[in-house]
Amino acid sequence: MTAPQPNAPVRPNSFDLTAGEIARLRGKARFIRLETIRLIEIAKVGHYSSVFSAAEIFAALYYDVMAFRGDAPGWPDRDRFLMGKGHAAVGLFPILAEFGFIDRETLDGYTRLGNPLGDHPDMRKVPGIDFSSGSIGHALSAGAGMAWSGRFEKRGFSVFVMLGDGEMQEGQVWEAALFAGHQKLNRLVAIIDRNGYQLDGKVDDVMAIEPLGAKWRDFGWEVHEVDGHDIAALTRLLREVKADDSRQKPCCIIARTLKGKGVSYMETEPGWHLGYLDPADAARAVDEILSKEI
Amino acid sequence: MSGPLSPNSWQYRALNSANPGLDFLSDALIELARDGHRVIAGSADLQYSNGLNKFAKEFPERYISFGISEQNMVTAAAGIATTGMIPFVATFGSFLGLLACEQIRMDCAYCAQPVRLIGHHTGISLGFYGTSHHATEDIGTMRSIADLAIVSPADGPQLYAALKATIHHPQPIYFRIGRGREPDVYTRQTPFVLGKAIEHGIGEELTIIACGLPVHPSLEAARRLTAGGRSVGVIDMATIKPLDRAAVLRAAKRSKILMTAEEHNVLGGLGSAVAEVLADEGCGIKLVRHGIHDEYSLIAPPTHLYAHYRLDADGIEAVARETLARI
Repeated sequence: MTAPQPNAPVRPNSFDLTAGEIARLRGKARFIRLETIRLIEIAKVGHYSSVFSAAEIFAALYYDVMAFRGDAPGWPDRDRFLMGKGHAAVGLFPILAEFGFIDRETLDGYTRLGNPLGDHPDMRKVPGIDFSSGSIGHALSAGAGMAWSGRFEKRGFSVFVMLGDGEMQEGQVWEAALFAGHQKLNRLVAIIDRNGYQLDGKVDDVMAIEPLGAKWRDFGWEVHEVDGHDIAALTRLLREVKADDSRQKPCCIIARTLKGKGVSYMETEPGWHLGYLDPADAARAVDEILSKEI
Repeated sequence: MSGPLSPNSWQYRALNSANPGLDFLSDALIELARDGHRVIAGSADLQYSNGLNKFAKEFPERYISFGISEQNMVTAAAGIATTGMIPFVATFGSFLGLLACEQIRMDCAYCAQPVRLIGHHTGISLGFYGTSHHATEDIGTMRSIADLAIVSPADGPQLYAALKATIHHPQPIYFRIGRGREPDVYTRQTPFVLGKAIEHGIGEELTIIACGLPVHPSLEAARRLTAGGRSVGVIDMATIKPLDRAAVLRAAKRSKILMTAEEHNVLGGLGSAVAEVLADEGCGIKLVRHGIHDEYSLIAPPTHLYAHYRLDADGIEAVARETLARI
């Protein structure tokens, strides 16, 4: 690493997390879930369960692994983050506000007329968004382009692309997988939020994608599987992957997750991909999230 | 079977390398790279068709073979552009304008990245390769995408000038180019300004507004008609978006009738763009839109198709005479 990591702690010897780090990241994942409920109350509709499956991924990346500067969104050596599942952006906006990319008033005006924050992230309107999304299947190509550029210009940044598991059904994902594998884009990391559901039902009923790890290996990627809600294991893996300068291929992390993780009835009902909780139900959901440790 | 092949036999790579139709593209990119611009180029398995093999040979580290993956190519180019580089990606216009249309909208234009999209062999220039390879809808699709400029050069030298003149344009540009066998109208030194038409004259009776390959035959048709005592001018609308509305209005004011000539469906293309200006401004002047009339082209060698669809000089002259008769 040639670039400084202003937000990342110094860990000279081990990738393991301290108990304090684990507690802090758990708190951040909880914060992401709670803020998602709060913001969706403003919009009166939103993607709760898509954020809840990814809350630990957001927390690990933004509060531990990635290097960036909230006061300099265009810092050329920053690590990049892209979302194939752009509909989970409501979970990212509170993080951007916490790091100062956007102000609190903007966050609290989520989806209101003229506000830059909508259901999907827009890089032209929102500082800290590295690429716009909303049309599923594009993000890995864009991330691969960034990783190609980073290597060409000899910058050390990593590119993290969060993909949905339903997104695996998009053909462009596999064009990008072939491209990144062929180009050996070793600073590119795809994280698949393998929560098992898409709008029409279970991913494996709608259009089966397994064996997923074998597919990515066959496309020339290094593949890891991890419990996407085990913040210690997930963060440790991301630290290792980012620090690994010997890898000569892109890296795919299959994060096994639960759609709706944290709110019990969402974990068993895929309809919560999109929905609304009235204030009383929202308060109960908040209580449930606060009452248990993930 | 042994012995040398007849000199009449040929293979794709050797022919295109010996006689590059589109060498203006590589020439401009090589000069831009040498001048220190952060340009890279990519193609989807067509480097010998678009001549980028020349650039790839000169700057192998700046050339990306994307394989037959047009959508990935366009989006990856947008990703590359976010880091401050200027990617030029090329494939047949039919694939850019339709297959990769959403990637152009979402990743290049909506994200406002300075990607240069080179759609080559546009219109019906691929002759008997047929409808899959013809691009007669691409202006229509590209024109309705916000923050995307469209340049349709008349020849190789104008392409060369336009590529260099627009290097600092901060947003994406779709260059709609031919197959490199168009007769030259310009030289590499002819100035190109994005959004400015090149007025070869405004006719007292008729002005033909053309873009791309039909510019040269339109000039020839105008020369013949003028020699015959008619007053006919030609405007080369080399930038289709943003359209030079002032040039259209100057012609509308002075001419008695207007005609557009394009190698594209008359729906959605240059003719539609000109008609919009005339309607917006209440010009009340007749406009004859000449091009492909909402159909899939026949198959034939290109020159035969240009004759059939009256896009060669004889054909444009004939359509211009019919247009003059409607004054």
